[in-house]
Amino acid sequence: MAAMLELNDIHVFYGAIHAIQGISLTVREGEIVSLIGANGAGKSTTLNTICGLIRPKNGSITFMGNDITHLSPADIVKLGISQVPEGRRIFTNMTVLENLELGAYKRADKDGIRQDIEDVYKRFPRLKERQRQIAGTLSGGEQQMLAIGRALMARPRLLLMDEPSMGLAPILVKEIFEIIKEINNAGTTILLVEQNAHMALSIANRAYVLETGRIALEGPANELADNPQVQKAYLGG
Amino acid sequence: MAVLLQQLLNGISLGSIYALLALGYTMVYGIINLINFAHGDVYMIGAYIGFIATALLGLGFIPALLLSMAISALLGMAIEKVAYRPLRNSSRIALLITAIGMSLLLEYTTMYIAGPDTRSFPTVLTNRQYSFMSGQVNISSMQLYILVISIMLMILLQFIVQRTKIGKAMRAVSMDKDAAQLMGINVDTTISATFAIGSALAGAAGILVGIYYNSIDPLMGITPGLKAFIAAVFGGIGSIPGAMVGGLLLGMIETLVSGYLNSNYRDAVAFVILIIILLIKPSGLLGKNTGEKV
Repeated sequence: MAAMLELNDIHVFYGAIHAIQGISLTVREGEIVSLIGANGAGKSTTLNTICGLIRPKNGSITFMGNDITHLSPADIVKLGISQVPEGRRIFTNMTVLENLELGAYKRADKDGIRQDIEDVYKRFPRLKERQRQIAGTLSGGEQQMLAIGRALMARPRLLLMDEPSMGLAPILVKEIFEIIKEINNAGTTILLVEQNAHMALSIANRAYVLETGRIALEGPANELADNPQVQKAYLGG
Repeated sequence: MAVLLQQLLNGISLGSIYALLALGYTMVYGIINLINFAHGDVYMIGAYIGFIATALLGLGFIPALLLSMAISALLGMAIEKVAYRPLRNSSRIALLITAIGMSLLLEYTTMYIAGPDTRSFPTVLTNRQYSFMSGQVNISSMQLYILVISIMLMILLQFIVQRTKIGKAMRAVSMDKDAAQLMGINVDTTISATFAIGSALAGAAGILVGIYYNSIDPLMGITPGLKAFIAAVFGGIGSIPGAMVGGLLLGMIETLVSGYLNSNYRDAVAFVILIIILLIKPSGLLGKNTGEKV
């Protein structure tokens, strides 16, 4: 399968701090790829660099044959990458429906947008019940669903998800991972960042382990799950 | 009773001018956390454009109003681009000082070009008095114009902010810039549009006041600018309905004070309101306490 997204030797600095120290990774079309690692390893920074929110100092990012290293976040969204950001970051003073409409900001096909809103409601019926409600009044699980629905509204070919299970009850975590699988089955490639390494490895095709801004390990997810080093550091065993 | 009614009528016209100006303060604050102290000067420039349009170009009221709003919008965008955008990631105090500098620049550039003297507007609207309650309560057609135009502009603004794509982008950017960018919203364009809309409202206020009081001068923006800033804080800085309510209330309080106490106190009262609000409820009447739900 062809590489959809390729990061080639990416370096990111926050002032003097060398946060990402030469990351190269590949996501192929149709895959779920997980990025696991401890707090501060650089997982979110990697996703935000792909989205154009943070500029790398060196290295290049290619998406479906286009060099996107220096594109604006808006142009990157338009090419087909969207993100479910860490902490959900929904627009809490706006209604559920307005949040979904903003997800489709770069699109002009009104009928398609209306259809996609219906599709999101089909996937998350609770959002439909609450479509006129202010998003800040939703429960944590509903807010996460809204964040996912909003990202899908851009019709992404590649969906970046940053800690979608964070702060959710175990039953909801299961539900979210089921949803991730469904989205992938429907044809969207997924790059998933998770602290819940167990779940992340269980649904991924391949995975990368990030340690202090570098890739420490990579490989098929099931092999990594059996790796004693990974088990000791991330799977609590 | 008649005196009260008369004062309230006067207060509403004055207050709608404050409200138009306060909207610009509150929108800009909402989106980049800056008290744009040059805003009162955009209002002054709006009045001068109105003067040029009516006295020199001989335009009628409505074309002059539209021209003044359009040029004020361009001026607001230019100010943001030249003075504030390069400082987007600097400290807030640097931005604030720049705003004061921009204010002085606009005032004294106008003084250099147009001269320091007060100029009087030509009569572009026939001013008629309408009397009620056997002549005890009067309203002039000019006051009605101010009221009707302000209300129309506020309805239009509310429509833009609530219903249009750019309005939704403005609200999204003011809530969370990074998340807005992830939606594909261009933050620079959105901030630019916010300045354009706020400045157009200031330009409209400028020409309305110019025609109503029949006199303009390069420093005319200072006091109304401060008052509108107070109105914005009063209503809750960052809140659009707050700016409207704050403006109207401040206008009415000021005219009631001039009517019943002494007109020398009206400026003092405005600043006393500012102090009380800052002490008791800094978030203003309709402002939200910024507690983020995570």
